[in-house]
Amino acid sequence: MIRYVALRVLAGLPVLWVVATLTFALLRFLPGGPFDKEKTLPPEILRNLERRYALDGSLGAQYADYLGRLIRGDLGPSYKYVGRDVTDILADALPVSIELGLVALVIALAGGVALGLAAGARRDSLVDRAVGIASLLGVSAPSFVIGAALILGVALHLDWLPAGLWEGPIYAVLPALTLAALPLAYIAQLTRAQVVAVMDQDYVRTARAKGVSEGRVRRHHVLRNALLAVLTYFGPLLAMLLTGSFVVERIFAIPGMGRFFVTAVTNRDYPLVLGVTLVYAALVVVANLVVDVLYAWLDPRIRVGRGER
Amino acid sequence: MSGSRALGALGAFLIAALVLLALAGDRVAGYRFDAQDSAHALEPPSHAHWLGTDALGRDQLARLAEGARVSLLVAAGATGLALLIGLGYGLAAGWIGGRVDGLMMRVVDVVYALPDVLVIVLLIEVLQVTLAGVPDVARRVAALVAALGFVGWVGVARLVRALVLQAREETWVEAARALGLRNRRILLRHVLPNISGPILVAAAFQIPAAILAESTLSFIGLGIQPPFSSWGTMASDGFEAMRSYPHLILFPCVAIFLALLGFHLLGELLRDALDPHRRP
Repeated sequence: MIRYVALRVLAGLPVLWVVATLTFALLRFLPGGPFDKEKTLPPEILRNLERRYALDGSLGAQYADYLGRLIRGDLGPSYKYVGRDVTDILADALPVSIELGLVALVIALAGGVALGLAAGARRDSLVDRAVGIASLLGVSAPSFVIGAALILGVALHLDWLPAGLWEGPIYAVLPALTLAALPLAYIAQLTRAQVVAVMDQDYVRTARAKGVSEGRVRRHHVLRNALLAVLTYFGPLLAMLLTGSFVVERIFAIPGMGRFFVTAVTNRDYPLVLGVTLVYAALVVVANLVVDVLYAWLDPRIRVGRGER
Repeated sequence: MSGSRALGALGAFLIAALVLLALAGDRVAGYRFDAQDSAHALEPPSHAHWLGTDALGRDQLARLAEGARVSLLVAAGATGLALLIGLGYGLAAGWIGGRVDGLMMRVVDVVYALPDVLVIVLLIEVLQVTLAGVPDVARRVAALVAALGFVGWVGVARLVRALVLQAREETWVEAARALGLRNRRILLRHVLPNISGPILVAAAFQIPAAILAESTLSFIGLGIQPPFSSWGTMASDGFEAMRSYPHLILFPCVAIFLALLGFHLLGELLRDALDPHRRP
């Protein structure tokens, strides 16, 4: 198991390198440099600017320079936010996004698994139907619809919670709920379907026939197998939170990574785009690693790294 | 069972309404989606403009119809693409197994590790250049299809691979092997039919996912751009003026909600019909 984990950690490093290289190449080959908008720049000033931001020299030299600084944790100066380093900007914005994302993740996982278990354990009951309808409505409502409704209803009409900004725990309530709604609904559906499927399995019938208590059957057989499905869903879940955070950070005016990323792309602020991408990629690599390890732990049949049985 | 069939019928009805809106919405409205009329800007719903007009006096129903066309096109294209790539890839990885599988899954990890929003934005920018002669909205739709398909195939591939991995441990595969059947035959005639239910269901759910992604990207300004119309851009415009002109955000949100609901209901009907575990 330790060898398996170590191998997967090592496998994550090339992934990060490939991501860094791909984004570097794609962004450099896109038309238009970062200083195209100032059309009147004299050539010598343009040259100075390019030297200042390490845009001179061959592409290979730029790439080597970029990787070299990357290893030292230096993501270079931002093109757009003059005088600020990308690492600085990320240091400010990343904790905000992570905080928001984690709160939403916990809400989505806890709520989704609980609702799914409650619904699946008593198939076709009133609870099951209610959860079914609620989760159906949940997956059909994009985050901006839920966010707009919450802002209109809870913030503006009832005046219970702030409609935006990021100045304390109370400010996280509406954005986190908005961000969590969609994944919560998906997880509830997934867990419910999985519980229902597992309850029909022979090994559950066998366990019951052996006289294993219902609580133990639920914990050891049903929950464990149902969680496997939730685990495979972790990648899309993370992507959903990430894309959702772009929307949520916009409509609640939260100074997180999502807002910087969107403007960075349209400004062709290469270092900032690369920085944000790398951080996201690192998060996803770590999350996938955790999922793989948990997966192997939960289902000994699938030890991916070992290949043939 | 009759309850789920009624819900399935509701889903089919909603999708039919969506297709009708896409095909005939602007004819019913009587305006072009980009026809501006500053004398009648920001009007609430009326006899002349059933769903009112936006800040430039454009008819909201006609714009919803254009948004429906965009959504359906993007969803169909992206789903087809994701299914095509993901199926082939997942079957190969799961069946071959071993080192090849490990390598193929590392590739999937890389694609997974690319934040989809970035992939989508980059592809849109790249296609802007390569499709220089094509009208802007077609370029953006093509880019959205390519990007969402590219993001979606990984999920399909992982699902297919996991299903194949599970299936090859089953006794009936062992039995087929014992009978001396060739690999290809076992894979295509035995494994694939056995796992096709969940794959079709997953494909069906890719459609609302693509619609959601398109409207979300357009909402944050990275998808379809003005003057072209998408439900996401309409909702984004409406969000800015939410307090004074609630009808601007209401209608696109309702349209997205009903479209997603319709496709989810249809997907659930399909799942109930196709997934062997859920047969009563």
